Amino acid sequence: MKVSYSDYQALRAHGEETYPHECCGVLLGKAGPGGNHVHKTVRAGNTRTDRAHDRYNIAPEELVRVQRQARGLGLDIVGFYHSHPDCPAQWSKTDFDEAHWVGCSYIITRVNHGKADVTNSFLLTGTGEDDKQFIDEPLEIEMGGTENEQEKGQQ
Amino acid sequence: MKINIPTPLRAYTGGEQTVSVPGATVGDALQQLTGAYPELRQHLYTGEGKLRSFVNIYLNDDDIRYLPAKEATATEESDELTIIPSIAGGD
Repeated sequence: MKVSYSDYQALRAHGEETYPHECCGVLLGKAGPGGNHVHKTVRAGNTRTDRAHDRYNIAPEELVRVQRQARGLGLDIVGFYHSHPDCPAQWSKTDFDEAHWVGCSYIITRVNHGKADVTNSFLLTGTGEDDKQFIDEPLEIEMGGTENEQEKGQQ
Repeated sequence: MKINIPTPLRAYTGGEQTVSVPGATVGDALQQLTGAYPELRQHLYTGEGKLRSFVNIYLNDDDIRYLPAKEATATEESDELTIIPSIAGGD
């Protein structure tokens, strides 16, 4: 999984902004032999206002719009990100149960007392619900002059 | 009409991100789709033939679950169907 430094910083900053609530967003890019390559991050709103401190949900209509946007840019949805306020940057049972995008990367950032610290990425592998599993994947941060392309959506 | 296929299901449409099918209703179009790509069926429907709870189908900007006629909703050639699995989680 490759992500530019600016996108990496932007998704971590999103988690700090929404702390103590979870943030969430979509990763647009391309899948390649070396894994998913993120070209753009898009912020999404967390519709779980009932318990935003430990749950997130992206409205499907927002996903439809983001998928349309990706198509227009010649990109695909290659993953998602969210934060775990004061909890480890590891996938939870809820994350696993609710993960249905096989082949996509799920980035999780622990936001510890308001400050983003650990960020990990997990690839959802398998062919479907019966054999899906999360595997750790290395997160390669690309240094360089790429501009922060994060889009501000709902928060 | 066009049906937009999400990234995880393109493995079952030969990599196609958009598939064109005939269909007078949403249900017809989905049947055409799973007829052309049979492996898709198990990823969209339960063994009892119900749409899986985490699979959302949008007719243009409307969730078909909330359309009065649901899958029997009439469609036009210019309409777009989008298949979009849900995304949620948390700790």
